[in-house]
Amino acid sequence: MASRDFMHRLPDSHSSLSRPVSLSRRWHIDVPLLVLLIILCGTGLVVLYSASGGEFHHVRRQAIFMGIAFVGMLVAAQIPPDMYRRWSPWLYVVGCCLLVSVLFIGVGAKGAQRWLEIGGFRFQPSEALKLAVPMSVAAFLHKRTLPPSLVSIAGALAIAAIPAVLIVQQPDLGTAILIAASGVFALYLAGLGWRMIGGALLALLVAAWPIWLWGLRDYQRQRILTLLNPDADRLGAGWNIFQSKAAIGSGGLYGKGYMQGTQSQLDFLPESHTDFIIAVLSEEWGMRGALLLLLLYVLIIARGIYISFMAQDVFGRLLAGSITLTFFVYVFVNIGMVTGLLPVVGVPLPLVSYGGTSVITLMAGFGILMAIGTERRRVSF
Amino acid sequence: MVEDLQLKDRHTEQRLFRHRMLVALAGVVALLCVLVARFYHLQVINYEDYRTQSDENRIQVRPVPPTRGLIYDRNGTMLADNRPSYTLSLVMERVSDLDATLELIGQLVQLDEGDVNKFRDRLERRRPFQPIPLRFRLSEEEIARISVNEFRLPGVSVEAELVRYYPLNKLFAHSVGYVGRINDRELANFTDEDVRRYRGTQSIGKVGLERSYEDVLLGEVGYENVETNARGRVLRVLERHDPEPGSELTLHLDARLQQVASDALGENRGAVVALDVKNGGVLAFVSKPSFDPNLFVTGISFKDYRALSDSLDVPLFNRALQGQYPPGSTLKPMMGLGALAAGVIDRETKVKDPGFYRLPNDKRLYRDWKRWGHGKEVDLIQALTESCDVYFYDTAHRWNIDGMHDIATSFGLGSRTGIDLPIERPGLFPSRAWKRGARGMPWFPGDSLNAVLGQGFVLATPLQLAVMTATIASRGTHFKPQVVMAVDGIEQPPEVLHHVEASEENWDLIFEGMESVVYDTKGTGKRAGKDLDFRVAGKSGTAQVVGIAQGEQYDSEALKERHRDHALFIAFAPVDDPQIAVAVLVENGETGGGVAAPVARELFADWISRPVEETARASAEKREEVVSG
Repeated sequence: MASRDFMHRLPDSHSSLSRPVSLSRRWHIDVPLLVLLIILCGTGLVVLYSASGGEFHHVRRQAIFMGIAFVGMLVAAQIPPDMYRRWSPWLYVVGCCLLVSVLFIGVGAKGAQRWLEIGGFRFQPSEALKLAVPMSVAAFLHKRTLPPSLVSIAGALAIAAIPAVLIVQQPDLGTAILIAASGVFALYLAGLGWRMIGGALLALLVAAWPIWLWGLRDYQRQRILTLLNPDADRLGAGWNIFQSKAAIGSGGLYGKGYMQGTQSQLDFLPESHTDFIIAVLSEEWGMRGALLLLLLYVLIIARGIYISFMAQDVFGRLLAGSITLTFFVYVFVNIGMVTGLLPVVGVPLPLVSYGGTSVITLMAGFGILMAIGTERRRVSF
Repeated sequence: MVEDLQLKDRHTEQRLFRHRMLVALAGVVALLCVLVARFYHLQVINYEDYRTQSDENRIQVRPVPPTRGLIYDRNGTMLADNRPSYTLSLVMERVSDLDATLELIGQLVQLDEGDVNKFRDRLERRRPFQPIPLRFRLSEEEIARISVNEFRLPGVSVEAELVRYYPLNKLFAHSVGYVGRINDRELANFTDEDVRRYRGTQSIGKVGLERSYEDVLLGEVGYENVETNARGRVLRVLERHDPEPGSELTLHLDARLQQVASDALGENRGAVVALDVKNGGVLAFVSKPSFDPNLFVTGISFKDYRALSDSLDVPLFNRALQGQYPPGSTLKPMMGLGALAAGVIDRETKVKDPGFYRLPNDKRLYRDWKRWGHGKEVDLIQALTESCDVYFYDTAHRWNIDGMHDIATSFGLGSRTGIDLPIERPGLFPSRAWKRGARGMPWFPGDSLNAVLGQGFVLATPLQLAVMTATIASRGTHFKPQVVMAVDGIEQPPEVLHHVEASEENWDLIFEGMESVVYDTKGTGKRAGKDLDFRVAGKSGTAQVVGIAQGEQYDSEALKERHRDHALFIAFAPVDDPQIAVAVLVENGETGGGVAAPVARELFADWISRPVEETARASAEKREEVVSG
């Protein structure tokens, strides 16, 4: 161990002799990413204030969560990627055990058991898995030859599938799919063959009908039907989508003005401060505002991809790439759902929707990204 | 194949990763383009549509129901008022869990099963986003409890609405009537225009004037554009077209006289109708027992309704308008006049009355009510005074049914009077044609004997008897009876339906006979004029409820109370210048002179003793008050 650490430090100590180490590099902070995140979080709070009808209650709580999340991110950034790699199996095993226990002693609401309650403090084990799964897949593939052999592929898929299956039982199909996707992204970036990918997509297509018949619950089927024909049940299941489309569309190019959105301020828009918050922004700030927000996300994703390109080893590359792509999937699924392109699944808009757990998990992910991005360079011949 | 490589090749791995990432990046860009296109589609291409949708969402055109026209008696006493009432309503589209909401409401306000059941009935036929009433007449305390818990009750609202109120309660239930919630049947019969006019209005006239004057009482609906939030709470009114209130009715009815008539009937079942001889205006219109019309306004409870509908006394039955009774001897003055005018009898005609009458070639005995008869030389005056049946049997025998039918028709019997109250019954005065059609039998001479005494087939409502009496009192002018004197202050002109032609002498003779009924020592209606300082003319009548078989003796003790004869009395006063004509019916009262005549007397005592100028001035003053107030 010691010799390895020494070996790693060698090139850095060399460069540190030549020029002084910047403050940000010493504290493992990726400045462009930090700045973008601060802008995004700030924007999120401003929109949230309007979405909660001009009351500070939610904004204050969200700001506190963001503060905690930023600290968490900075802490996560200090941990060297190697340590993540070595800890990931443990994190993964503990996470899966918690998921199993959720099924037995979990608490929840609206017919779903998603939380564990320990000493009055509630948390969702599935959140931890959002990081543990890509980390474990990346760590698993790190030691293997790439592109992955069939055995490697099977192993990686198993790592992603086990927690996903457990989460489906809660039931929380949306989270399960996203977690499985984060594992699959790592596998894909590791060089999964195109023929494999094509075959898998084909299999999925074939499986779609049986899944529709036996795999989905009634409410899930209903959501998909609603997506296909939202006008059929305007006052029932279609209400949310009908109202969010009216909110976004009526915003036009320039919007109705901050705090002036009739759809959101008069409570026609459901879940306006959580999952449907983009509709508030689009109504009040128009297409202009929506595109600016998209741009912010694009810049963050671009920075994430850059970091993954610059990563020192397979683990870093796969993890950074997977975190970044998953982040994009969050953005796309949320906006797609609110604009009526995708069925309604409970996916919040990252760092804008109200919700403490999601913010903390996301920021921890960016902390890991920073850790990967600021890892001291090793000698590469 | 790359998969076959055994060595870990950093550069190959990195190249592979970059390649994969670039492909993913292309995917990301493509999906971003989808999102941008979607925003463009929603916010630019379909902007107008969504703008309209969002405006329709928040701006609702709300009907503003007009206030229903008020109803006053002739002196400006309020008979039908509108009072604010607080109603708890639910908009189903905004209620997330109906059962939980109902349970919570049940904890806050008193809610019985009837309320919930009726509410569920109303749910069946609601329009989208229409507030469905659950509980009416909330108390102040209940309103407070609901508003404190408002945040827990999405879709629940308390609305103030003006609800009909009848301050005099039972007194005018059978004339003014009542309004009630619009029901399925009424809704089904609505034209498109009705649907528009009743938007926002919950009630409709069901009975009485409230029904017959529904069109003028309703008013014209107004509209307002309001901005509401998703829970239907109105935030502000953007634009408003005021409704036009319904017309105000002023009645001929007099609340004091009505009260007198009602008190005079006491606990008896029966009816009193008093008409203004000069114009046919209805001064009193009583049917007893009565009921509280306020019970019906917001929907009567099942229990209350059963109590009313199951009662042996049938309080919901409008005896004055719909009760058809054999009028008995009260027809005698009219028949006498008809016979005089037809030349069948004259002043000098005298008939021997041994207590029965027998038609030629007929063994059947037609009895007089007085066993041993009224004497050997009964003339018209005596026949009216003592109500001699044999005199009129003889008259009928010498006359014919066609003449009797004509005179009865011209006095308003046998057909609806045309009063401005709904669901009037026509009564019946038989004719040859009627008997052939309805019974398939020819007219027998005996039928005429029954008809002249107001028995057999003859049926009349108390209202018809009052019209007949007023026609006698006005010496032949048959006015259409009218309850409403003025609509919005505009007098409704009296309407003469018919004029009965007879010489003054003949009228005098009938007047004399009827006066004698009240003042002769042998008169049957002496109690009608007791202690009055003006002269009264009247006629008693008794109507059999159960037919008495030939040879059987009438024994009232043996009959159950409800099988006793109905007592009738018709009268007008003062004789020298008749003002008011009255018909009184007391069910199972047995003797017209004993039970019904005193009721008529009370009405005369109240009405005639009132200085005419004073009542007129008082009513003018009251009207001004109403207008200025």
